[in-house]
Amino acid sequence: MPTVTYAQALNEALREEMKADPRVFLIGEDIGHHGGIFRVTKDLIDEFGADRVRDTPISESGFVGLGIGAAMAGMRPVVELLFMDFALVAADQIVNQAAKLRYMAGGTVSVPIVIRAQQGGGRGNGAQHSQSFESWFAQVPGLIVVAPSTPADAKGLLKSSIREGNPVVFIEHKLLYNTKGEVPENEYSVPIGKAEIKRDGRDITIVSYSRTLLFALEAAEQLAQQGIEAEVIDLRTIEPLDMETILESIKGTGRLLVVHESHSNCGLGAEIIARVGEQAPDSLTQPARRLGAKHVPIPVAEPLENAVLPQTEDIVRAVEAMF
Amino acid sequence: MPLNPEQLQDAYRQMLVIRKFEEAIRNLYQAGQIRGSFHPCVGQEATAVGGCWALRRDDYMTCTYRGHGQAIAKGLSVRAAMAEMLGKATGCSKGKGGSMHFTDPSVGLLGANAIVAAGIPHAAGAALASQLQKKDNIALAFFGEGAVNQGVFFETLNLAVIWKLPLILVCENNRYSEMTPSHETTSNVDTYKRAAALRFEATQIDGNDIETVYNTVEEAAIRARSGGGPTYIEAMTYRLWGHMMGDPEIYRTKEEVAKAKENEPIIRLGRRLIELGCSELDLTRFDGEAEALIADAVQFAESSPAPEAVDAFTDVFA
Repeated sequence: MPTVTYAQALNEALREEMKADPRVFLIGEDIGHHGGIFRVTKDLIDEFGADRVRDTPISESGFVGLGIGAAMAGMRPVVELLFMDFALVAADQIVNQAAKLRYMAGGTVSVPIVIRAQQGGGRGNGAQHSQSFESWFAQVPGLIVVAPSTPADAKGLLKSSIREGNPVVFIEHKLLYNTKGEVPENEYSVPIGKAEIKRDGRDITIVSYSRTLLFALEAAEQLAQQGIEAEVIDLRTIEPLDMETILESIKGTGRLLVVHESHSNCGLGAEIIARVGEQAPDSLTQPARRLGAKHVPIPVAEPLENAVLPQTEDIVRAVEAMF
Repeated sequence: MPLNPEQLQDAYRQMLVIRKFEEAIRNLYQAGQIRGSFHPCVGQEATAVGGCWALRRDDYMTCTYRGHGQAIAKGLSVRAAMAEMLGKATGCSKGKGGSMHFTDPSVGLLGANAIVAAGIPHAAGAALASQLQKKDNIALAFFGEGAVNQGVFFETLNLAVIWKLPLILVCENNRYSEMTPSHETTSNVDTYKRAAALRFEATQIDGNDIETVYNTVEEAAIRARSGGGPTYIEAMTYRLWGHMMGDPEIYRTKEEVAKAKENEPIIRLGRRLIELGCSELDLTRFDGEAEALIADAVQFAESSPAPEAVDAFTDVFA
């Protein structure tokens, strides 16, 4: 299998879906000749033209709204937001519109739109360019939320998202774009709503996704040296949540730690742990724990940012405390 | 081509249906049969009928919660609309959308919206789809002058011009943004000047004269369909009833409303039809026909089944 970066894998997914389906088109800031600030749309304008790779003004409500209208009129827009933080500028269009139009219309319209954006910290981009919003979006009925951690999943899930036929918030991470991984050469896609066990283990289940999934895998290697074998689950899709894989895993391990970069407070970790309590109250031998960003805005200076966002060592320590 | 005398008669009948639809809803609302809020379009029927009738059935349209008349003029079934008002399973949204979200894509109605400017980019997006698909259908967005201070209004205007979209924006300027006179909250309340500043073809017209509305929208439709780009039409009108049920209307005098009634579109078109040779008897007959049509819709809605509780969980995803 060829090894490509996360950004290249996304680029391949866009190219293949645009080739296969004339309804697919891209809109966003600097995505044309510039190729996107993280090069995800590199060269696509040369292949598909400026009509299908449309540069927009800095006007998030406007172009997300146009994407929604185009989707209702039979197109398959893939809208790129430069930073996930800017989703809030377009929040009415995403939350009040895309997520609800089909329902309010009694199912007579559909909104097959993909809204892509990178999120997260680790680069010193500050409080308005580093946030993680998957828990917010997961709270909105009518949105599918996807957050792949590997190049292969990024490509396969983006293809599924474009074909999905419903609004998908496709979450990338700014520090994953240059990570590399093997990607199948043949046509494939990754199903929405299916988690994957990335590492087998018998002692504890660590659930994560996006960039902190890589931290969880690093932590698992360190823990293995102390004799703790962690099973690491990559959620891949945030909504709908694959509880089955989580419940099956904790049956064997009896311990659960959820790790994510979005804030802990009212976050996905709280949701997963609550569901475990409701659906399998006797499966845990230890109280479950969660690890997310601390409850302050994301700061710039490295020691500050590292103190706020979960790091590999934080995961190791959290697991150790459960034994 | 301007509406001929026969088409004007039909337009009159359509406007009566819309007026009586709203009157019936007021009665049902007061009788406690309607949930939520109701934002009547009484007095604004000429923009609805003139605007929609200048479009083709497969052209797209979006509107706001004050869009009952526009939805009906675009072709939404009056029965389905009334059933939706009463929250019935036979409603156009099966009881899930209600008064503010009439939708029927089979007649190009992409949806009424409860956020005043939010449907404007949807119409523009449909126009973009049509452009990308190399089809010749166009899109029209109705909104009020109360929408022109939301950011997405400007954002869409800008995109429509730079992409030369086959789009018509019809601003119904009824002089009041909810319960406040628009001139108190809006700098330059001649909203077409805002559009002109962004290099739109922009004009202000008498929105209570259906022939003017129709001719202006038709001309804009021809321009849009032939690749000439978007047009902004500010149709001056007047909302004869309150912003919504329960509006005490302290922001205007009874005299002002009474004076506006002399200029309301149905009376004006009635006078025009008499000039064109209709009799008073004809007008009375049209009135009776509209009355009967609405009575049928109410009867249909009242006798329709309510949705089942389990229906709340369908139609979230395609």
